Amino acid sequence: MFTEEELRKVEEHKSHYPDNLSAVMGVLHMYMDKYGHITDEGVTYVASLLDVPEEKVLGVVTFYEMYHQHKTGKYKLQVCTNVSCMLRGSDMVLQTIKDKIGIGIGETTSDGVFSVHEAECLGSCGTAPMMSVNKDYHENLTPEKINELIDQLKAQA
Amino acid sequence: MTDYQPVLLPGTPDLHRIDVYEQHGGYGQARRAMSMSPEEIIDVVKDSGLRGRGGAAFPTGLKWSFMPKDGEKPSYLCVNGDESEPGSFKDRQIFEFNPHLMIEGILIAGRALRIKAAYIYIRGEYEKWVQMVEKAVADAYAKGYVGEKMKETFGGDFTCDIYVHRGAGAYICGEESSLMNSIEGIRPYPRVKPPFPAQVGLWGCPTTINNVETIANIPVILDKGAEWFKSIGAEKHPGPILYGISGHVNKPGVYELPTGMLLTELIYDVAGGIPGDKKVKMVIPGGSSMPPLRGDQLEGVRMDAESLKDVGSAIGTAGIMVMDEDTDITRILTRITHFYKVESCGQCTPCREGTGWMLKVLNRMLDGDGTPKDLDLLHSVAKNIEGNTVCALGDAAAWPVKFTIERFRDELEAELQR
Ligand SMILES: Cc1cc2nc3c(=O)[nH]c(=O)nc-3n(C[C@H](O)[C@H](O)[C@H](O)COP(=O)(O)O)c2cc1C
Ligand code: SF4
Ligand code: FES
Repeated sequence: MFTEEELRKVEEHKSHYPDNLSAVMGVLHMYMDKYGHITDEGVTYVASLLDVPEEKVLGVVTFYEMYHQHKTGKYKLQVCTNVSCMLRGSDMVLQTIKDKIGIGIGETTSDGVFSVHEAECLGSCGTAPMMSVNKDYHENLTPEKINELIDQLKAQA
Repeated sequence: MTDYQPVLLPGTPDLHRIDVYEQHGGYGQARRAMSMSPEEIIDVVKDSGLRGRGGAAFPTGLKWSFMPKDGEKPSYLCVNGDESEPGSFKDRQIFEFNPHLMIEGILIAGRALRIKAAYIYIRGEYEKWVQMVEKAVADAYAKGYVGEKMKETFGGDFTCDIYVHRGAGAYICGEESSLMNSIEGIRPYPRVKPPFPAQVGLWGCPTTINNVETIANIPVILDKGAEWFKSIGAEKHPGPILYGISGHVNKPGVYELPTGMLLTELIYDVAGGIPGDKKVKMVIPGGSSMPPLRGDQLEGVRMDAESLKDVGSAIGTAGIMVMDEDTDITRILTRITHFYKVESCGQCTPCREGTGWMLKVLNRMLDGDGTPKDLDLLHSVAKNIEGNTVCALGDAAAWPVKFTIERFRDELEAELQR
């Protein structure tokens, strides 16, 4: 559950709006950052923090792509396959990842370190092809860059 | 080319820092605005001819004039930085390189619209940019440019707050009524209009929604004047604009230039032409929702709302996607349709079912099992979606299909033989 400092952050979120329900997205982001996914207990906890009905929180969780109800890899490789990235080599990105760690879209490595996801346009079309790894953007990808990045992540996992 | 000097992204080192922004005259126009009446500000914006940079190119001053001048309820401004339309990557540049210009624009707009607070809505994936903007907002508060201290800083009695609201990965939240529901913390289904946001918006209060780039133009208009702004670019759609050029060009990127540039000049001069000197097969001029143009249809086409309308497309977000002669049109159209199917909120039957249908047919074509009849089927499904939905995502899904079939039938039929 949240620390004192995190609870202060929750209060700050609440203070931005005339209605507590509006703070739900910010608090869910905090929960995601801390636990990696949002369980039923998470929904109950967030609802109690904001004093709003659980169904409302669940309705928000299930609508958005970024709130996961299930565990993903420690490093989420979100590969953009939308048009501008496709034109500049998103196929290569997926293939390089597959060759390197043996998994494709929707899969997680058995050690739970990596998962690969197909992403919609992430607003990096001018530096395509790209993927995000958790909150970091990696742009103008080449096979060398991808291999290097994965090695680096493996080392720190 | 043009000797235009950028004003939104001037490239000044460290301009994202408040002290540097101040050294370059920053917050001077907000100060001026506080001694102007709301009507005076709206008149200047109207005179400038500024039109929204979020997709629909709606006249900004006119939109502002719909807000009530008095009333019991507070008013709000939402600054739309959801930036999820494929091919669009420009607002991010403002967040990173000139966030105080946007904040100053919010203060001026805030005064004109008599708001209580502004919410800057930033797509969830832009976490780093959320942090940059939050830092800029915090610095502006600390300097007394935002919040209660505005009275001391600027004199006068207007104050407003600015908050950042982070999205969580849903394209639909860029649609203005969905965006408001997202801020309210409910499931962000677009609302039926009317009522319009200027009457019934955020929490039922009068609200204006503007794109990030639209708002960033406001201090510039006050600084350089409506006449200057009007003299830049296309007569009916003037001003600086951020073109995002991507796909098969040598120098993809965001370029700030006047509206109304020749598409060919942007592709060949600004973005350095096509790798391998190949020919252009297709250009989508304003983000993936906009009707595509044929490579042999580009001569003389200018990037402004009127000129693009004349050739059967639209300016959208000015995100230009360029595809060379080897591009597989079926694959592109399938990928685009996949996007709209995934992002449809599912509220209206034509959009929910239609996008699913179109994707199924396109996948069949991609697998080599399509027939020319499938093209007619796709066209009729698209026409059934168009105009029959609560929000414009329906049209955004229908247009690429409808117009690709109308304009690239020869290509698509050839690809059916795969
Ligand atoms: C599906 C959909 C997605 C949209 N996404 C965005 C967006 O990401 N950013 C944006 O500014 N406008 C977006 N719009 C347009 C907004 O609804 C609205 O018209 C715009 O923010 C108004 O700002 P402007 O008048 O300054 O252009 C979208 C519209 C639709 C239908
Ligand atoms: S058009 Fe599509 S996205 Fe828009 S409200 Fe209807 S179902 Fe939802
Ligand atoms: S298409 Fe991949 S970031 Fe825009």
